[in-house]
Amino acid sequence: MSAETRETERGERGPLIEARKATRIIAGDVPATLVADIDVSVSPGEFVAIIGPSGSGKSSLLYLLGLLDRPTSGEVFLDGAATSALDDDTRADMRLASLGFVFQFHFLLPEFSARENVMLPMRALRRLSEKAQVARADMLLEQLGLNEHAHKRPDQMSGGQRQRVAIARALANDPKVVLADEPTGNLDTHAGERVLEILRELVDTQRRAVVVVTHDLALAARADRQIRIVDGKIAI
Amino acid sequence: MSYVLDIALTHLRSRVRQTVVGVMGVATGVGFSIMMAALMEGSQADFIRQLVDSLPHISVSDETRNPPRQPAETRYDVVQIDGLRTPVVRPGIKNPMAIMASIESWIPGAIAPSVQAKAVIRYAGRDTATSFTGLDPKREQKVSKLSTQMRQGSLDALYKATNALILGDGLAKKIGARVGNTVTIVSGAGRTLDCTIVGIAHTGVAQIDDASSYGLIKTGQILASQIGLVNELRIRVADALQARAVATRIEAETGYKSVSWQEAHEDLLSAFEVRNIIMYTVVGAILLVASFGTFNIVSTITHEKARDIAIMKSLGFRAKSVRRIFVIEAAAIGLVGALIGWALGYALTRAMGSIEIKSPFMDTSTIPVLYSPLHYALATIVALASSLFAGYFPARKAAAVEPVDIIRGAS
Repeated sequence: MSAETRETERGERGPLIEARKATRIIAGDVPATLVADIDVSVSPGEFVAIIGPSGSGKSSLLYLLGLLDRPTSGEVFLDGAATSALDDDTRADMRLASLGFVFQFHFLLPEFSARENVMLPMRALRRLSEKAQVARADMLLEQLGLNEHAHKRPDQMSGGQRQRVAIARALANDPKVVLADEPTGNLDTHAGERVLEILRELVDTQRRAVVVVTHDLALAARADRQIRIVDGKIAI
Repeated sequence: MSYVLDIALTHLRSRVRQTVVGVMGVATGVGFSIMMAALMEGSQADFIRQLVDSLPHISVSDETRNPPRQPAETRYDVVQIDGLRTPVVRPGIKNPMAIMASIESWIPGAIAPSVQAKAVIRYAGRDTATSFTGLDPKREQKVSKLSTQMRQGSLDALYKATNALILGDGLAKKIGARVGNTVTIVSGAGRTLDCTIVGIAHTGVAQIDDASSYGLIKTGQILASQIGLVNELRIRVADALQARAVATRIEAETGYKSVSWQEAHEDLLSAFEVRNIIMYTVVGAILLVASFGTFNIVSTITHEKARDIAIMKSLGFRAKSVRRIFVIEAAAIGLVGALIGWALGYALTRAMGSIEIKSPFMDTSTIPVLYSPLHYALATIVALASSLFAGYFPARKAAAVEPVDIIRGAS
């Protein structure tokens, strides 16, 4: 898909996630500003990389965009709806239905198999029957080359396999946006490359929006757009 | 299976040792609570049963609750009367047969006349106080269990000898008399009678067996020096627990003091109430202590699972779903513990019930126990409630976890 086509389609729907003048300050004896006056928007079919030095506020911005944190001032919109003033349950429901997360550490539940981990968001959302949940989990695992590992627990898989299970879990509820925080940070080059390919495919073939926080400039170069954060602000 | 239940049970399965310790804590608490309740209520029920069996349920005597009002008090608003002479009243219930017929017309049970007299038994040079009851053997069989409590002889043997006498076994042992011996009874009215012992009774209540003697009504009337005297009506009702209400009605209708077995042993029954309060307090304390184990386990799991909780919340689990996971874990520990506690409690109760004892007060050969579903239900309810209570606080703490704090820390 060409960049021009994506632009056209983005224009039809408007941004999926948008931060307007978003600022996050942690209160304390010495208040710490994590991000300040951030304006960001991400549209469908867009792969955005957030880059910057350590401690610059990249992950904090991702948490704001992913409704895991609330801005101290400013606003975060998901599909056009303001989210800051919503209660915790409504924000949790929005995360469950519309967002998928991939973290640096896979964060899979250790007692459950790969299939059960992938099914977890589907079971919480209850949109599909149990049979359909199993089928979808198996399909996602197969797409990610894990069909032979469906019954394995996380401690029986390699780091790259776990991260792919985490991606499958992030996709379980067919989210509009996938947010990934250093998804390749803990993987070797080969496994990291595979994860990157998968994320790219999500954008190119399924028109999802992907936002990746990374130190890896090679990974960032594969994105449609890069947002550089320095000291909590977008660097021009 | 609900995903919340699935996660909760998986947590418990993955910590077998901790879970078993928690479950056994609750099971021990429930088991010992059931055993303790069975012992306490068993001994209480056994004592009351013997008490109810050995005495009539209601005793109507020739007394009144309050002294009769003086005519002057009725005529004038007199506040003080001096030099009053108490009139001599012929003892006994007036028209006892008419009263009996009246009561029999509505009472759910049986009624028998009797004569009560205080006397002294003289035998082998010793005088021993006795409480003599003159009774009608045929009617008596319907109002007390005396006929079934005969160790030697029978109630009907009272008809077979002149001035026949049945002694409580404690009294017989005390004076050294046996069936066939002749003893002398000296009444308070000064009458002396030579009586033949025709039977020995054993009610199981030492207080009664050590002092009671029984004869025919006419023997009692001779001892009281009053022909036709009936100074007590003995009543047995179909439902012993209704005795108080029936006694109240009889007293209202006849004017004679009518005492139910509950009233006669009010002090004892109130002591049982105090005992029950103590018992249920101790039982509650046992189960509360057991719940600390549950609290400990659920707290440990929530602490260990902080990262999983964060990830579940980041995926979109609501706080109440997370809270429910840990409450279910506590409830599961409580429920399984209670079920095992049932078996343990039953086994302990059986074991205690087979221990043989000799009580100086009661005729009991083994420790009396009471098997009641109520004990099992109560222990389960308290165990579950305390487990849920113990699990709720760590669950609430878990639900309040801010995922971003944990994820940021882990990253």
